[in-house]
Amino acid sequence: MNEVVSAIRLVPLEHYVMLSFALFSIGLAGMLFRRNTIIILMCLELMFNSVNLLLTAFSAHHSDPGGQVFVFFIMLVAAAEVTVGLAILVMMKRNVDSVDIDQLNRLRW
Amino acid sequence: MLTLFYLFAAISVLCALVVVAARDPVNSVIALIVCFLSIAGHYILLNAQFLAVVHIIVYTGAIMVLFLFVIMLLNLNKATEPQRSLATRVAAVVAGGLVLLTLLAAVRHGISVEPARDFDIGTGLVRSVGRSLFNEFLLPFEVSSVLFLSAMVGAVMLGRREKNPQAA
Amino acid sequence: MVSAQLLAPLVPALPLAGAVIIAALRRRLSGHAAGLLATALIGGAFLCSVLLFLGFDPAGGAQVAHLFDWIRVADMRIGLAFQVDALSLTMMLIVTGVGTLIHLYSIGYMHDDPRQSTFFALLNLFTFAMLLLVMGANYAVTFIGWEGVGLCSYLLIGFWYTNPAYNYAARKAFVMNRIGDVGFVLGLALVFQVFGTLDYTTVMERADTFATGAPALTAITLLLFVGAIGKSAQLPLFTWLPDAMAGPTPVSALIHAATMVTAGIFLLVRSSALFVLAPLTQDVVLYTGLVTALCAATIGVFQNDIKKVLAYSTVSQLGYMFVALGLGAFSAGLFHVTTHAFFKALLFLGAGSVIHALGGEQDIRRMGGLRSATPSTYRTFLVGTLAIAGIFPLSGFFSKDAILAHAYQYGPWIYALLVAGAVLTTYYMFRLLFLVFFGSYRGQAHPHESPAVMTAPLWVLAVLSVVGGALNLPHLFGGHEPMKHFLATAASGVGLEHLHLSALLEWSLMGFSTALVLLTIWIAYGRFAKQATLDPEADALPVPQRWAARKWYLDELYERLFEKPYGWLSTNLSALLEQRVMQPLMVGVGGTAERIGELLRRVQTGNLSTYLFAMVAGLLLFLFLTLNGL
Repeated sequence: MNEVVSAIRLVPLEHYVMLSFALFSIGLAGMLFRRNTIIILMCLELMFNSVNLLLTAFSAHHSDPGGQVFVFFIMLVAAAEVTVGLAILVMMKRNVDSVDIDQLNRLRW
Repeated sequence: MLTLFYLFAAISVLCALVVVAARDPVNSVIALIVCFLSIAGHYILLNAQFLAVVHIIVYTGAIMVLFLFVIMLLNLNKATEPQRSLATRVAAVVAGGLVLLTLLAAVRHGISVEPARDFDIGTGLVRSVGRSLFNEFLLPFEVSSVLFLSAMVGAVMLGRREKNPQAA
Repeated sequence: MVSAQLLAPLVPALPLAGAVIIAALRRRLSGHAAGLLATALIGGAFLCSVLLFLGFDPAGGAQVAHLFDWIRVADMRIGLAFQVDALSLTMMLIVTGVGTLIHLYSIGYMHDDPRQSTFFALLNLFTFAMLLLVMGANYAVTFIGWEGVGLCSYLLIGFWYTNPAYNYAARKAFVMNRIGDVGFVLGLALVFQVFGTLDYTTVMERADTFATGAPALTAITLLLFVGAIGKSAQLPLFTWLPDAMAGPTPVSALIHAATMVTAGIFLLVRSSALFVLAPLTQDVVLYTGLVTALCAATIGVFQNDIKKVLAYSTVSQLGYMFVALGLGAFSAGLFHVTTHAFFKALLFLGAGSVIHALGGEQDIRRMGGLRSATPSTYRTFLVGTLAIAGIFPLSGFFSKDAILAHAYQYGPWIYALLVAGAVLTTYYMFRLLFLVFFGSYRGQAHPHESPAVMTAPLWVLAVLSVVGGALNLPHLFGGHEPMKHFLATAASGVGLEHLHLSALLEWSLMGFSTALVLLTIWIAYGRFAKQATLDPEADALPVPQRWAARKWYLDELYERLFEKPYGWLSTNLSALLEQRVMQPLMVGVGGTAERIGELLRRVQTGNLSTYLFAMVAGLLLFLFLTLNGL
């Protein structure tokens, strides 16, 4: 038992926090960096995963399965979101023949 | 252990950077898959075995394949890839860097977390996650099926070809 | 008792259901079906009331059926609750019982009206509101009903809305009622401030802790009485009631004779524990009632519209009831409410039958000799007239005599004035009777008797008018005043009544008033029974009579006193405030918002990347501020 505990505790929680921050920031920068809507969606997934990682890390260190259940739900939502997002993307490609996010500018005054 | 962590961390960060920087969308997807696999490695390091498996199945197996599939369907490649101007790209990097900086500044004094007293080594295994899911979180779990159903219907509705070509 | 908790909410629920169903289906439901449904539901409510009455134990005190908390703020807790006690049961039986008969009658009376379903929906809604009023366990619920009946009264007076005069009458009734309602609301607020609750039982219990004549109680009772003045058409707010005769006749019978206008009396009896402790208010009630009774009676003598005569008679009789309340004879007042509901509903329905027979004619100068053409109507109308005149042994005799006896005990001159009022009442009622049913026919239309659906309620009401006196048979006639003892369990003021006149004195008082009434009938018979010529118009009358015929110029007085200055003020304020101040202000505010919007809408570029950047900037700012402890 102690082996498992000490194995988990070997990596400090701060490390996970920083790793997840880094992934989150990269995802965020990527969303601004790219014009391809698919890549933007992928960056979104990246940000989801950084949060998932953080939740899991805290859950493991607290020995509370609730955090991991939350990760599970985030995965559910992400799956649903990707389904609809990609469907919209296909529609967009079909209608304006582009996946450039700057083409989606009709919602304005 | 720590070595493994650093290895996985390096892979994830590098791959994440590749996702953002790659010109070819297919490369981005491949990099993201590798990144997710390394995150699954992190899960295993954290003894979250159930999540690691689900993560690989859902993300790598389903979502990323879906991405790849759409990219191929739409025939996206390096040539059609739209690019931002240099100024915007710099602004994007600066913005991301600032966010990272601010977040890191938030934890610069470390995080004080009380270690759990009664540590359960089963945490993260299928049994404990399943217990939690079907006791405390039963209702959200059931409700999420409605979410899936509506997402499915939505996707079908969106993907349907317009009968009237005028509408396109 | 379990059944009271279940039955009590059912009583108002049935008419409400009727109103909702008929209103929802009024395009699909035939008018006849709507009438039957409405009547059946009110009849159901009557049955429930009877069951409640039979299962009610007077010694057990009030039973409260609490449905839910309606308002709960801080320590104020107002529930939607119904109180079943002797007083509310009496009123419930009157409202649903007389209401059922009038609904039934309306099926015949309204049978060729195109908006029959609407009529029945409103009539049901009215009954619901009235039941809420009398069954409420606190002032707040009573107030909902109070406003509800006011609204239905407005809608039903203006039922034939294509006639502008009727609309005007409806508005007048509504506005005059509002004046009274302000008093009621203020009284409510004061009750809450003084007692900390609006529940009747608690308020009446705590009233005992106040000394007689306490200013707080005097203020509360005066304000409640202002509300009663508006609703029960007393001076100076009675002018709406005669105009309210614009509504269909069943409405006049139900709302403006039998039930709604007695709401004021009900309120005072309900609050009798407060009133007995406020002698000043009791005097105000007494004299208001007295003056109204006489004033309305004098006007009634000169009216030529069959319904107007009855309307002024109603005002006058309501005045008698208030006199009774002012004398502290609460049970006598409520007894008169009951008998009045019987014979005045009967008279109104009889008048409606006459109007129906003559195809809409309401002027008694163009009637006459209808005795043979409409025998049922004539006989029942005669019973009603004898009852209101107070002929032994009809119900009106007992209820009026109870008031007169109390008046004599208080002061013989009040007794004398009330007897004078009774003589006037007899005079104009028999004038009406003789002009309509005796002599020769002076109109053009061909009179015909009404259908059985209309005459049947007349007969039922006639029987009630005859035997109604038994409800509170005085000791003198071998009874033991059952209604008084019944009511004493609910209204503590009733328990304080005591009449100690010698039997001989009572006999002579009765004999005196009866003799005068009989003499008056003889005079009226001589003057009107064989009349062939028409009465002169009001302007042709000599001076004192002309004033009375012109309603003592009350409407004109109000116009001078309130309408004209108000109109002047409105015109000037419109020119000054509206045009010069409010208009530029409003236009300025709107214009500024528009200009700001014009500027801000440029931010919405539609470009998602821009939004993303803005979002990240906002996130950064937020994080930065949070981490800096702001």
